[in-house]
Amino acid sequence: MSKKPSAPAAKKVESAVPASDYALTPINASLSREQKIELYRTMVRIRRFEERSLRAYQGKNAAGGTNIGGFLHLYIGQEAVAVGCCSLMGKNDHVITAYRDHGHAIAVGMDTKPLMAELYGKITGCSKGKGGSMHYFSPDKNFWGGHGIVGGQIPLGTGLAYALKYQGKKGAAMAFMGDGAVNQGAVHEAYNLASLWNLPVVFVIENNGYSMGTSQARSSAGELAKRAAGYNMDWGQCNGHDVFEVRAVMDHFLTQAREHSRPSTVEIDTYRYRGHSVADPDNTYRTKAEVEEYRNNKDPIQVALHQLLAAGVFTAEIAEQIDAEARTEAEIAAEFADASPYPTVDDIQKDVYWESDHPAERKSEGRLFFD
Amino acid sequence: MPQITYREAIRHALAEELTRDPNVVVMGEEVAQFNGAYKVTEGLLAKFGPDRIVDTPISEAGFIGLGVGASMLGIRPVMELMFWSFYSVAFDQILNNAANVRYMSGGQINCPIVIRGPANGGTNVGATHSHTPENVLANHPGVKVVVPATAYDAKGLLKSAIRDNDPVFFLENTILYGDKGEVPEAEYVIPLGKADVKRTGTDLTIVTYGRCVIHSLKAAETLEKEHNISVEVVDLRTIRPLDIDTVLASVQKTHRVLIVEEQKPFASVGTQLAYMIQREAFDDLDGPIHRLATVDAPAIYSPPVETEQLPNPGRVVKAVLAALA
Ligand SMILES: Cc1ncc(C[n+]2csc(CCOP(=O)(O)OP(=O)(O)O)c2C)c(N)n1
Ligand SMILES: [Mg+2]
Repeated sequence: MSKKPSAPAAKKVESAVPASDYALTPINASLSREQKIELYRTMVRIRRFEERSLRAYQGKNAAGGTNIGGFLHLYIGQEAVAVGCCSLMGKNDHVITAYRDHGHAIAVGMDTKPLMAELYGKITGCSKGKGGSMHYFSPDKNFWGGHGIVGGQIPLGTGLAYALKYQGKKGAAMAFMGDGAVNQGAVHEAYNLASLWNLPVVFVIENNGYSMGTSQARSSAGELAKRAAGYNMDWGQCNGHDVFEVRAVMDHFLTQAREHSRPSTVEIDTYRYRGHSVADPDNTYRTKAEVEEYRNNKDPIQVALHQLLAAGVFTAEIAEQIDAEARTEAEIAAEFADASPYPTVDDIQKDVYWESDHPAERKSEGRLFFD
Repeated sequence: MPQITYREAIRHALAEELTRDPNVVVMGEEVAQFNGAYKVTEGLLAKFGPDRIVDTPISEAGFIGLGVGASMLGIRPVMELMFWSFYSVAFDQILNNAANVRYMSGGQINCPIVIRGPANGGTNVGATHSHTPENVLANHPGVKVVVPATAYDAKGLLKSAIRDNDPVFFLENTILYGDKGEVPEAEYVIPLGKADVKRTGTDLTIVTYGRCVIHSLKAAETLEKEHNISVEVVDLRTIRPLDIDTVLASVQKTHRVLIVEEQKPFASVGTQLAYMIQREAFDDLDGPIHRLATVDAPAIYSPPVETEQLPNPGRVVKAVLAALA
């Protein structure tokens, strides 16, 4: 076999339409009024869910204990990325992401009650209180987590694409990661495998400028998405503050994956308003002015609101009603979580082995658990 | 019954399961065109083609992670590690992702992956290539760990491993690959978690697994002939799940125990066994539980000395005599 790569050289894919016209690209122009409103609604629902979870985190339950333990990484400010990407999913498309996963979970259609209950560590949580904030899963919605190790989910996402190809299904996997994750070796191993084997995966870098308190400039040499070119993968960049732009750009790369089984890497520019997690006092690595600049001028919900109002898709009254409903939904989710029971100590050893969960079908013998 | 090698037994198990289930895929470095670094997968590419027998780049984290992801969608990947020693570069994928995904998803996701390859010292390849991580692996609830000693066991256990719905780590041995044993032509499977009494005896029980089974059987012969000592050899075959009942039954019969393992002593498989035996059969013991392990240092290269760092028949004989003294 030759030493030379046989595939055509990778290229940066520039967007085909001027920045102001994303709503006019076919993938957006074809949306019904209801579908456009739905994009807005999903972003608002994510925002209100997370704001409510933050209040729960900071508050106490009736017994004086914590509602939510551990880490809580909020997605506030980044909503257009998950909503834009996941709104493009067909039945054979799959999603996997890191620990900042609430937005993706809601965007793929998970019910907010079990999501909130999971934060509260309740048995009614989407992972029965066993995963927590960082480990949401919903295979029935093609959502494969929710992963706590930076970059560790990227080989898994590549494996989802491998399975699609092996099974002859026309679909694509979207493997999300942060700007800090691009420096993990496993990501690069996955890039190489995906390109070498022509797997239908889109690697999505949600570039919010920081990995914890370390800015992109202090952690990464060169342009992030461009690293894909080294693996002979097409790559692109996109403004993640506009849900329609996210859809327009991602549609191209998802189509490449589904139709031609070619992977790609897309870097989506976004921003988080809150600290890295609730534990981050957020006063050492960026200025308040920078946060305000994004919040005031690039907030994805505000951007969409103005677009939809200007286009006459809905009225301010409807927007307010959507917001009120989202607040109510978040409140109901919190009430559900609060009222739900915790798992029992007996539950600790459930869901460890398929065989111990299906004792009638167990084929192995011997002890599975030790004390 | 035909005699085939341990290597062939594994290959036959792979071939049978590849034939049986179209979702089985064999993947790893040099498994296809090169026929396998240790020739375990020889001929499989020709028989099953490049979609089923897949050569990977040297990216253990990447391809094992890929296998984990694919298994979540129903593929049954059988991943070859050229040496289990390289598990360290894929540790996160093996023990954070494969071992945890079922639990963290509240039981929603299965991960039917098999990772197999040799894990042994004794081949003079130095400390980086001589790891025996069965204790490290078995420490993680959610996984199964198998260490076969014979061709018969290797075939039957690997078939069970591939059909299992949880991650199974299958640790072979380069020194055993050429060993022949009787393997029936008719299909059979051996359930995971079932120990096998490889030799019956009355004076002392050796609890062991992997290549140390072979050492122990040789030692038992010497002890019988030269010292008139009757040793029972219990081969665990599977580390997790663990068939402690077979071990305890033997202890109740012989009242003396020697654990023999190719493991560094600290927090080894034997450590766990000793705890369980004293906890569950204390009254049956006529003396302390003894253990023979690897001499506690990184694997030495020097060929004649490495033999003495590992358990070997001579060291087993001495350890039995010491235990009965
Ligand atoms: C392997 C690993 N190292 C370190 C951490 C701790 N950690 C958690 S999130 C994070 C920053 C990651 O930043 P980025 O990838 O940009 O994602 P973001 O948080 O901005 O969404 C770090 C260092 C971890 N979870 N995993
Ligand atoms: Mg970041």
